[in-house]
Amino acid sequence: MSDAFVLESAEAIGRSVLSRERSAGDVARTFLDRMDRTAEQLRTYLHRDREQTLAMASAVDARIARGERLTPLAGVPVALKDNLCTRCVPTTCGSKILEGYLPPYDAHVVERLREAGAVFTGKTNCDEFAMGSSTENSAYFPTKNPWDLERVPGGSSGGSAASVAAGEAPLALGSDTGGSVRQPAAFCGVFGLKPTYGAVSRYGLVAFASSLDQIGPIARTARDTALLYNVICGRDERDMTSRAEAAAVPLEDLERGVSGLRLGIPRDLIGEGVDPEILASLDRVAKALAKKGAEILDVSLPHARYSIATYYLIAPAEASSNLARYDGVRYGFRAKTDDLQAMYAVTRGRGFGREVRRRILLGTYALSAGYYDAYYLRAMKVRTLIRRDFEQALTRADAILLPTTPTPPFKIGEKVDDPLAMYLNDIFSVPASLAGVPALSFPAGMTKANLPIGLQLVGRPFEEATLLRVARTWESENADAARVPRLLSERRS
Amino acid sequence: MSATGPATESTAGAGARQDRYETVVGLEVHAQLRTESKIFCGCSTKFGARPNTQVCPVCLGLPGVLPVLNERAVRFAVMTGLAVGAKVAERSVFARKNYFYPDLPKGYQISQYDRPLCTGGGIDIRSGGGWKRIGLVRIHLEEDAGKSLHPEGREGVTTTRVDLNRSGVPLIEIVSEPDIRSGTEAYDYLIRLKQILMYLDVCDGNMEEGSLRCDANVSVRLKGQAAFGTKAEIKNMNSFRNVERAIAFETDRQIRIVESGGRVAQETLLWNADKGIAETMRSKEEAHDYRYFPEPDLLTLDLDPAWVEAVRSELPELPHQIRDRLTRDFGIPEYDAEVLTETRSLATYYEEVARRSGNPKLASNWIMTEVNGIRNKEGQSIEEFPIRPDRLGDLIKMIATERISGKIGKQVFEMMLTRPEGPDELVKAHGLLPIDDEGSLRALAREVIAANPGPAAEVRAGKERTFAFLVGQAMKQSRGRAHPEKIQEALRKELGAG
Repeated sequence: MSDAFVLESAEAIGRSVLSRERSAGDVARTFLDRMDRTAEQLRTYLHRDREQTLAMASAVDARIARGERLTPLAGVPVALKDNLCTRCVPTTCGSKILEGYLPPYDAHVVERLREAGAVFTGKTNCDEFAMGSSTENSAYFPTKNPWDLERVPGGSSGGSAASVAAGEAPLALGSDTGGSVRQPAAFCGVFGLKPTYGAVSRYGLVAFASSLDQIGPIARTARDTALLYNVICGRDERDMTSRAEAAAVPLEDLERGVSGLRLGIPRDLIGEGVDPEILASLDRVAKALAKKGAEILDVSLPHARYSIATYYLIAPAEASSNLARYDGVRYGFRAKTDDLQAMYAVTRGRGFGREVRRRILLGTYALSAGYYDAYYLRAMKVRTLIRRDFEQALTRADAILLPTTPTPPFKIGEKVDDPLAMYLNDIFSVPASLAGVPALSFPAGMTKANLPIGLQLVGRPFEEATLLRVARTWESENADAARVPRLLSERRS
Repeated sequence: MSATGPATESTAGAGARQDRYETVVGLEVHAQLRTESKIFCGCSTKFGARPNTQVCPVCLGLPGVLPVLNERAVRFAVMTGLAVGAKVAERSVFARKNYFYPDLPKGYQISQYDRPLCTGGGIDIRSGGGWKRIGLVRIHLEEDAGKSLHPEGREGVTTTRVDLNRSGVPLIEIVSEPDIRSGTEAYDYLIRLKQILMYLDVCDGNMEEGSLRCDANVSVRLKGQAAFGTKAEIKNMNSFRNVERAIAFETDRQIRIVESGGRVAQETLLWNADKGIAETMRSKEEAHDYRYFPEPDLLTLDLDPAWVEAVRSELPELPHQIRDRLTRDFGIPEYDAEVLTETRSLATYYEEVARRSGNPKLASNWIMTEVNGIRNKEGQSIEEFPIRPDRLGDLIKMIATERISGKIGKQVFEMMLTRPEGPDELVKAHGLLPIDDEGSLRALAREVIAANPGPAAEVRAGKERTFAFLVGQAMKQSRGRAHPEKIQEALRKELGAG
């Protein structure tokens, strides 16, 4: 079977399945075959089951044959980050502590995708419990960046982003707590949307930091990003923080251009330490959008520079509580010990990796009696200030344009022993997470070394459509063949 | 550790020394709310099911699940707050209380911390001859944990098993001010609190099934001293009587420590009901740091004041309100009213009997002595008591209107316990109607005089005291049916005639 259409858009693939030009089964087989050739190089998946994928595809074909009305995602392969619960399919969150764990239920987004007729390619690799920016914190193995196998794909949703970039699946779901969808999307040269907090139900997303976690789509086009977002967004009774305001984005809205839109650039935040090629790309994109009728202006986010400090109090605090359930009592790994306290200590000491243990310790400390006011409570106050910064900036501008990351993808192993350097890679993605506003990373060209550059658009709550529209405007004139990782295209059989 | 043992020394002077101190007690009561489903998921709350059969991913704390607040639980908690005069917060906040325990599946309990649902209010208890108000600090909503069981496994090794059916059952925690001064007051407080909860029908009040649980904070201080002593927390008291006993024990223990020049340690004690002592569970150093923080998976709990007012307007009548009404409308003593309002259904029962009988005080006497006598003996609730209130009302009316005597009334009452007939039918069928016509009474008098010639002669000779004997004989002869005044008249007439 040829790889002819693996780099087609999800939209085109879905259309061809709905029109019975191809069967969902054929589509699935083509992607599975390709994955067989790429998986070893990239190590994108923690769990794949060819038979299950094919069974899902033939079920879709049967539904189509029965005349069921399916969505534009019918028969479209979708990769799922391994922190999304899938009924009776391993869900480990990249952790040893959940090795062999089979959830008895589907996450809300998984349910929605099943109804829509999507076909799951498998569970993608990620940093353990989504804690990390390189996928090197996976307890199983690191994933490679398809553009340069010596580099990280970003993280924590590195498996999902790499899989989409490499054409193993046209769509993937990731989760974003401080940039975990956007940063790997930028590193892998694909689109990654972190929806408004509350736009997508978190039911069945294994929690890292509950007040920040959002599930988001990863795709190779703006329209595909919208397509996947449209299936997963909206109110779910099982998540009290999910909101009815989250509405599907009409695809035609993406084609309306940027004329009259005001785009703010937060020069005070961007400051020093940003790769010059990324800064050049920012200027290039701003100019191109200005030419299309957008108004470019400066905005200020004065408190955003405290984002990393704030984030690394709030997220670990919530994580220390969210991860308390992995105690060896009911499921997952349990160390053999003589008494209860030892069982807790050894189970968690061995079951969790270094970064997870580090964050649990940080969070436990931040919430401790006597420290709560100085750390957690103070961080929550700063968070409010950051949210206000965005509110104000977004009264002047319709969207904010800034880099997704300060650097292009770094080398595997480069930052593993320097957690602070790793944390600082999230400086541009964390502010929108703290503010709860939507943010989209879109591919904005390549460096001279042929590494992807991602830029970020941040918008008002529930105005995902605006972000997708701006990115679509840029994409419609600048999408090029460079978006296919050469390493892989060269090896195509 | 000698100070923790029960008093053994000669206590000749102990009473006097004890009198110089007062106990300061605050109670924390956990009450399970009788909602159909759990507080954060749809699982049943029914007690007694096979272990781990009323569970779902949410109350099992599986990865990825989220809590969804049960509105009914909020309503029940608000009802309780309103019933005790607490202030219901327009905005309250759920918080996570973090600690590890095998029966706590998420590693934290969702509770409320610095912004509880209700604050203030109080409960009136009996103290001395009057009433005393025990203030409330707060009432907050939280979820229950599961239960750990420790069956003995192979080779005598104790194993631990966890039943999570109870995990996520809604609880309210009711925290009193340290206004309680004795085990007796604590007992009365608990009785009255339970009574309110049951009138509201928000808790079944069953301590054996754990629907109601109580911890006590106990300290002592010299009378007149303003500062509190160091408190100890006592847990694991499984009945109100045990709370009373534990407080008495702990008071005595602390006074003896202070008297012997020691210092009371801040610690948590477990009440051992079999031994009648409280034993150290953990010291202050071992106390948990619960690391409370606002629960990010739930929104703040914002209550519309109009909704709260609607809940208030739908509150049922409360024990003290009914008590006041009964004393006012029926003119019965406060004591009676209190006994009769023990449960809502007893009060309803009484009201019907009182109305039907036309004699509320007599109705009260009958229920407090006869009905409650039987119920206590048989362990029956008023619902289980075999005589329905209309029938009892009819019986009491017969007594009140002197159609039958009280004594006959009791015979009829005994029959009614096992028979379906009403009092009127029973009286007729068993020939129990009183003898009050002149002819029959005169005949009865003649019989008695004839059968007791000696006493009759004595009466005629002027020995008045023997007359009572003859009356007694007449009553006995008639099995109590003779009209008590009229038979005396008849006897006088017959004695005079003889």
